[in-house]
Amino acid sequence: MEHVVIVGNGIAGVTAARHIRKNSDKKITLISAESEHFFSRTALMYVYMGHMRWKDLKPYEDKFWAKNRIDLIQAYVEKINPQEQILHLADGQKLKYDTLILATGSIPAKYGWECQDLKGVQGLVSKQDLELLEHNAPNNEVCPKAVIVGGGLIGVELAEMLHTRKIDVTLLVREKGFWSGVLPDAEAQLISEHILSHGIDLRHEEELDKIIDNGTGNVQAIITKKGEEIPCNLVGITTGVKPKIDFLKDSGIETDKGILVNRLLETNVKNVYGIGDCAQQREAIGLRKPIEAVWYTGRMMGETVAQTICGTPFEYNPGNWFNSAKFFDIEYQTYGWVFSTKNKKDYEQHFHWKHPDNTKCITIAFHKESLQFLGINTFGIRMRHEVLDRWLNEHKSVEYVLQHLSQANFDPEFYKKYESQIQATYNASKQTA
Amino acid sequence: MSSIQRDLSLTGQPPASINSIQKIGTAIGVGGLIILLLALFNINLLNKTLWLTLSLVSIFGGILLFSYGAYADKQEGIKNDGVWFKSISSRGFLAWVAGLALTGFYIVLYFKADLLGLSAEGENTGLIALFDPLSKILSGNPASQWFVYGTLYTIAILGFGIKFLWKYRHNRYERLRTISVMFFQTAFAFLIPEFMARLNSDDFSLPYYDIKNVWPLNYYNFEQYRVDDFISAGEIGLALLLFGIASIFVITPILTYKYGKRWYCSWVCGCGGLAETAGDSFRHLSDKSEFAWKVERWVVHSVLVFVVVMTTAVISTYLGYDPDKYWLTKDIFLIGVGVFLTLLFTAIWIFKKEELQKDARYGAFGYLVIVLALIGIHYTSGSTLFLIPAETLRTSYGFLIGSIFSGVIGTGFYPIFGNRVWCRFGCPMAAILGLQQRLFSKFRITTNGGQCISCGNCSSYCEMGIDVRAYAQKGENIVRASCVGCGICSAVCPRGVLKLENAATDNRINSREVLLGNDVDLMDYLNQN
Repeated sequence: MEHVVIVGNGIAGVTAARHIRKNSDKKITLISAESEHFFSRTALMYVYMGHMRWKDLKPYEDKFWAKNRIDLIQAYVEKINPQEQILHLADGQKLKYDTLILATGSIPAKYGWECQDLKGVQGLVSKQDLELLEHNAPNNEVCPKAVIVGGGLIGVELAEMLHTRKIDVTLLVREKGFWSGVLPDAEAQLISEHILSHGIDLRHEEELDKIIDNGTGNVQAIITKKGEEIPCNLVGITTGVKPKIDFLKDSGIETDKGILVNRLLETNVKNVYGIGDCAQQREAIGLRKPIEAVWYTGRMMGETVAQTICGTPFEYNPGNWFNSAKFFDIEYQTYGWVFSTKNKKDYEQHFHWKHPDNTKCITIAFHKESLQFLGINTFGIRMRHEVLDRWLNEHKSVEYVLQHLSQANFDPEFYKKYESQIQATYNASKQTA
Repeated sequence: MSSIQRDLSLTGQPPASINSIQKIGTAIGVGGLIILLLALFNINLLNKTLWLTLSLVSIFGGILLFSYGAYADKQEGIKNDGVWFKSISSRGFLAWVAGLALTGFYIVLYFKADLLGLSAEGENTGLIALFDPLSKILSGNPASQWFVYGTLYTIAILGFGIKFLWKYRHNRYERLRTISVMFFQTAFAFLIPEFMARLNSDDFSLPYYDIKNVWPLNYYNFEQYRVDDFISAGEIGLALLLFGIASIFVITPILTYKYGKRWYCSWVCGCGGLAETAGDSFRHLSDKSEFAWKVERWVVHSVLVFVVVMTTAVISTYLGYDPDKYWLTKDIFLIGVGVFLTLLFTAIWIFKKEELQKDARYGAFGYLVIVLALIGIHYTSGSTLFLIPAETLRTSYGFLIGSIFSGVIGTGFYPIFGNRVWCRFGCPMAAILGLQQRLFSKFRITTNGGQCISCGNCSSYCEMGIDVRAYAQKGENIVRASCVGCGICSAVCPRGVLKLENAATDNRINSREVLLGNDVDLMDYLNQN
């Protein structure tokens, strides 16, 4: 019987395993060094904040795996020998495979700062990171002060987490507004203000220069590029993640930043596939980045590769881009492409509406000339994926989208509706333009 | 129920304490309870009206101050920080103390009301006497243990209702729903029945009737003494009796078809009202395992069969045999029940068989056979209807289900098993509404395409123990018999994935192989296969 081995039990690897099981009787082995069972990585923050317990992060009951004949091995894969189709595990064991799926995910990216490996310097990606955080910052007596470096989604999550334990947080962000490499400036501004309103010391246009040792191997302070020294007990590194591929060195599997894969998610070695955020598309798909560290793309690659392995080859051909996040109390959703002010395409025009209370806003991107709807960002208003996906596929115009916006609303019943205000703002902007 | 699991490596020593305003609030509230305790132990409180007012105001005010301390300085949004760290909400020491105290209270209330000071002849004493002044203002009569209970129950729903409103002030669905349960408890369950008692005179007597309480939740509604009262009270009584029958056979199915069972369970019902307000802090304690779901299905539907059999037996005992005296004879009634149940079963079997799980088919068929057999035995064996005398059935139902299950376990164990144990495992009304909701309703919780990140907040905070995530991560709508439509799964979802909706019944239940967002061709290919 064909033995499919999957390295990594995150969303990509687990989705692949589940779909291979649905479509075949192959022997499936899922290897992870991180945790015995699949858990929702995006929910790590809720355990630290006391919303959930560790076991609540597991989307499937523990009996699920045996029932579906998915063998679990908790071990660290040290290297791969693709010629013999063997995995070498850290405990010395070897594992033979017929088909190998690499879904090893990412690790925090550090940029060679002085003392970046001190105790108290950490990222927040894995279960071990969460355990480490409990050790480094259990409360505000052990850890009265934290500095977080980098203003992405993990940065704001970490700030929210530490804030629940009343730990004083300074958040260093390179740009002028929070996440303004991704968000249009007005939105970045709104999120910055919201983060500040929660008592986080958010510093714009500020970067980490170096970390200072207290003499016992622990963090004492950091120094910013502007030269300010900020004493702290914890340094959260949230300047992005990079694929975990160090174990592939000398394996013959081609890598760049990530594991290089083609549209069938195949590596250069036969029967070895790469999925999730350890994989790098040889050529970017559409406007997407070659590496996408997003839950949904991991899942979609898992769904796709399973079909290919089960005899119906499918290219990875994701549909319209979508994503979502939550910044403290403000929910964010995006469908299609809305680029940041800095990265805006030549043809891209934005219509922006903001509620006076500063907790809700939307940005609609459309084509300057054809007025074709390109994408939408919403903050504080939920949108219906299915409807927006359809409108994007049907190349609706921005005016059509605005006129029918209520059809796309996904807020709970009885919520206040803002469509007419949004339409009025658009009409007013058209007249002045 | 799941065991207490505290993974020490993952919980550390986070702040679990309450702030000073909350401490003062707690002290004031406990002070109010101490007054009740003093009365309970027959300490002579001279001015009862004053002490009662002081006690109730302290309890209510204490809850409000606690809520103020908890939420006033926080921004609008989800407030679940530290839920699993606090002793009271994570099955810690305080939870067990509260659970045992509540359980003890229920046992005394149901079985030892004399300890509370109830006196059949002469003046009340103790705790019940303390409530006499209020009872006399409302109904003109001295208090009973049920009046004491009703007053405290209403104060709990109002006080913790305001706390809930504060907590979810950003969420209009939650606000309206909570105002609704607060209103129905205060007006329908508490005040109206007391005022109705004022109408009673020597030749006119209405039974105590909370008209939002529908059979089989008020399993006693059609017992002889009540039906006699209804009929003897003329047109008003008859109207109430007919309303009681229409409630379950006409009003309930229509509303449940349009809005799901939530119109009752989380907008109107008193048990639901307490669960959603005073019980809100315990909603995450419900067991989410598949095993618990299986137990739930068998137990709640068994209670439903029990109440149907019991009520049928009780009604048949006071119906006569002579059709000349009254058209509704024992025979007509029993045959009617048998025919109704058979028709109902046949209709479900013909139209909805595909939607029933294997165990549901076995259960439905098995129970139908049992009920029909019991009715049949009546005709062959004669006197002893249903093998067990109706009175025994009635008293055992009242004891086991009405008292132990709904009160002692259902509410007493809020801090241990969660706030909807009764609603989920025991309530026969919820079972009926659940069958309607599952098979014949426009209600569902819509999953938003491919946006789920499997975080588990929805499942964690589902008081009914539904593993919401299991559906959401498959892109499948949630259509579950037990869902009471509280809307908290949608509220706590960080990615805007869930929405409670009433919409067309086609495609209400869907399951996708591949979720929205992936290759259109792949989705088409898999959905065709």
